[in-house]
Amino acid sequence: MERVDFNYRNKIFTVIFAGILLFFTVIFSISVGVYEIPFFEVFNVIRYHLLGGEVPPEIYNAIVWDIRIPRVLAGMLIGMALATSGATYQGVFRNPLVSPFILGVSSGAAFGAALSIVFPIPYSAQLSAFIFGMVAVFCAYSIAKVRGKTPLVTLLLAGVVLGSLFDALVSIFQYIATEAQLKAIVFWLMGGLYHIDWSHLQILAFSIPLGILLLMAYSWKLNILSLGEEEARSLGINTERLKILLITVATFITSISVSVAGIIGWVGLMIPHAARLIIGPDHRFLIPLSAIMGGIFLILCDTIARTLTTGEIPLGIVTSLLGTPYLIYLLRSRKDQFFGGE
Amino acid sequence: MIEVQNLHFAYSGDNYILEDVSFKVERGELCGVFGPNGAGKSTLFKCIIGFLKPKKGRVYVNGRDITEMPMEEVAKLIAYVPQEHRPPFPYLVKEMVLMGRTPHLGGIFGPKKRDIEKVIEAMEVVGIIHLADKPYTELSGGQRQLVLLARALAQETGVMVLDEPTSALDFRNQLRIWETLKKLTKDGMSVVVSVHDPNHMLWFCDRVVVLHRGRIIANGKPSEVITQEILSTLYGNICKVKDLDGMKVVLPDTTF
Repeated sequence: MERVDFNYRNKIFTVIFAGILLFFTVIFSISVGVYEIPFFEVFNVIRYHLLGGEVPPEIYNAIVWDIRIPRVLAGMLIGMALATSGATYQGVFRNPLVSPFILGVSSGAAFGAALSIVFPIPYSAQLSAFIFGMVAVFCAYSIAKVRGKTPLVTLLLAGVVLGSLFDALVSIFQYIATEAQLKAIVFWLMGGLYHIDWSHLQILAFSIPLGILLLMAYSWKLNILSLGEEEARSLGINTERLKILLITVATFITSISVSVAGIIGWVGLMIPHAARLIIGPDHRFLIPLSAIMGGIFLILCDTIARTLTTGEIPLGIVTSLLGTPYLIYLLRSRKDQFFGGE
Repeated sequence: MIEVQNLHFAYSGDNYILEDVSFKVERGELCGVFGPNGAGKSTLFKCIIGFLKPKKGRVYVNGRDITEMPMEEVAKLIAYVPQEHRPPFPYLVKEMVLMGRTPHLGGIFGPKKRDIEKVIEAMEVVGIIHLADKPYTELSGGQRQLVLLARALAQETGVMVLDEPTSALDFRNQLRIWETLKKLTKDGMSVVVSVHDPNHMLWFCDRVVVLHRGRIIANGKPSEVITQEILSTLYGNICKVKDLDGMKVVLPDTTF
């Protein structure tokens, strides 16, 4: 008899290994920067805050504890959120080409954030970003849905159309905004982490792990859903409910990220795809690995953004510069995967 | 056991695609649904598995009405084998078959030992155990169809519905599907299957339901149902029913 192995040891090991790598990426990123601080002193600052004891020099403390640590951890969480939501969208829409960016979620969320800057609305930028992120993805979905099917090309075009609509609306806001508001809006469009402090990190640290855990809890059902609606239903999945739940959670964590760091493209498209090449399409492992790899990727991009020159390169530019060649490579070498063989 | 009663279906208004469809498949019976393209076979199957809501009528499995049942419950009673296709992600064969256990999985993560055993058993019955670690997307159409059959088997239901399972297969794999279905019915499964080849109906099915323009025009033993008259109604005069050593065979009308 052939032996069939249902042992997931290798996959679990891969995820753990990636997790360790993430940990070292965080440590590495905290210890480098334009202002050079000896590694020992970086460690000292962290020790002081966690365990107390000898007070570190004020300048080191300010740079490491007030600037770098929140920035690196925020970058990690945002990378995790974008990659996880990308993996989720790809599963739900059954296509490795969709991402929060392409579906118009990012533009919708940026519009929501800009709206809250220009008009004093009685709720937070985060909520506003979430609402319009949801509006964008559900509009794209319902425009593309014909008789229970969502053809890929229509979905992508709908996402592009909605994305440019929201971009146009953001431009109108830029036109009518005051100087201070304009500055705040422009920041969103570029995407960056240079202004991050502990208050931002609090928002992210509370919401993003929660969202990722929720998506992980439904990862087996996401496997079934990715086979197609008809089959998923015949296997006992309430597809409408599951789709709405997954899209809502994915959009939620994307919007939170956009409202804090602006539009950062490509992570949600590229990372899940790379993770799938490493660990296979089973979402039970794909989602955690995407999260970890997304965290690593964004931390590294941000480290490049803040250390390559003495100034600051917008993070969105770095991810795009790295993302574009990868997408071109995918288009040339794995065309069939994009279109699912249909 | 599955019983379909007065089933009516229309996508919109009075444009009925299925009209007053009633039939019953006993425990251990292999029932073929026969009819030309567009007769409503796939629509009928989608109504049976609860993917489409019928306008009127009921579907009973073991005496329980499933038209009002939540999907999670229906999936424990009926397994559905769609026509083979390529999903966008390269799941391994064993993962595909394991997905058949979904209606029985309690926990969030890990299938239990019993689930794994069922999956291995299903792959053995269908004869695809040697493919277990291959990506489903890289198999041939016939192999993919066998994987879907194994998945339905792992679902552990009393009724199985198959939509043209043999249409993309070579002759050997076609016979393999029929052999497996025969084996399943012997163990008490009720099987409903749509087929295009009238000879397959004559050779393998216990019962044939003939669907024509959304209505049932014949229902009974294959040898009684597959007649010259019925075939002429469905297809015009393109074939003849002949007797070959006491076995009925449908042959093309050689005048063309």
